Amino acid sequence: MSSPVTLITGTRKGIGRHVAEHFCKKGHTVIGCSRGESDWEDENYRHFIADVSDEVAVKKIFSAIRKEHGRLDILLNNAGIASMNHSLLTPVKTVQRVMETNVVGTFLFCREAAKLMKKNKFGRIVNFSTVAVPLKLEGEAAYVASKAAVEGLTNVLAREFAELGITVNAVGPVPISTDLIRAVPKDKIDALVGRQPIKRLGEMDDVINVVEFFVSRSSDFVTGQCLYLGGV
Amino acid sequence: MQDKILELIIRTARELGEDELSLGGDLDADTRLFGADGVLDSMGLVTLIVAVEQAIEDELDESVALADEKALSQARSPYRTVSTMAEYAADQLQGG
Ligand SMILES: NC(=O)c1ccc[n+]([C@@H]2O[C@H](COP(=O)([O-])OP(=O)(O)OC[C@H]3O[C@@H](n4cnc5c(N)ncnc54)[C@H](OP(=O)(O)O)[C@@H]3O)[C@@H](O)[C@H]2O)c1
Repeated sequence: MSSPVTLITGTRKGIGRHVAEHFCKKGHTVIGCSRGESDWEDENYRHFIADVSDEVAVKKIFSAIRKEHGRLDILLNNAGIASMNHSLLTPVKTVQRVMETNVVGTFLFCREAAKLMKKNKFGRIVNFSTVAVPLKLEGEAAYVASKAAVEGLTNVLAREFAELGITVNAVGPVPISTDLIRAVPKDKIDALVGRQPIKRLGEMDDVINVVEFFVSRSSDFVTGQCLYLGGV
Repeated sequence: MQDKILELIIRTARELGEDELSLGGDLDADTRLFGADGVLDSMGLVTLIVAVEQAIEDELDESVALADEKALSQARSPYRTVSTMAEYAADQLQGG
């Protein structure tokens, strides 16, 4: 079998970039996107500038994948934004941006990916949630709501796509030091880590480990699951 | 335009063939696709719609959504026959 074609959203920086580099090293053909230009390169990597919630831009990515590779094996819906604020201080614009990126973006990529994956009766989709959902974190209402929606999508799409040979799962990381949580005060992060059974920050490799499990060919009987890190 | 799309739908359905669409026999413009006496089940309809969207994109270089809310809620479904589907697709292309 030729090398897998893997699409990852939000690859300019953070977890998405790390995961993209990991799969490039493994020899996958990796396609990534983010709103900004990427400042890293790899012979196996192609970057698209696209907002994940922009249907026209997203369709362009998929039509390029279809023309160049004719198939898609793996989709990782990593692109995401957070809003860390008391709800009374959260403008509706922020809520809309969070929902569009995290929910609409994930939906769009799942939908378009399934159209391509169904051709080969094989596909692996991994969505990104967070432990903030089960921990019901205060100060993250919009973010938690958006990720709860991502889990809902994961559950329903797992059922809808099952007969197409596509699994849909989600990973829920604990705090990992990226720009996403840079603005959160240290005592808040410490308090959050303190609620985890295993009390440490997450590492990129913790996420990769779970993603590798979900996308493995042998995981064809695993779908509709959300796996939280740190024992949450 | 409509004729071109009609031809494209029939070709696409033939390419998908027996395995993917579970079509009983060959089809023409008047073949009942979906609904009473339709040859497709709902998954077959989805498969055909997606394949036709992709074929339109490949051959006409236009992006079209054949499965929007309007189509699904129309009393007289545009997916009744091959020719109503072609008519609907042509409308979508001209309108959008
Ligand atoms: N870090 C954590 O502690 C943590 C914990 C739990 C869950 N997560 C989840 O893990 C995922 C990655 O987070 P991260 O920490 O790596 O965040 P990050 O460092 O802020 O990176 C986010 C990435 O997504 C891209 N992006 C953001 N909005 C986008 C949009 N609308 N369209 C396309 N790309 C977009 C960004 O690139 P551009 O700015 O160029 O668009 C960037 O590459 C997110 O889904 C997040 O919710 C993170």
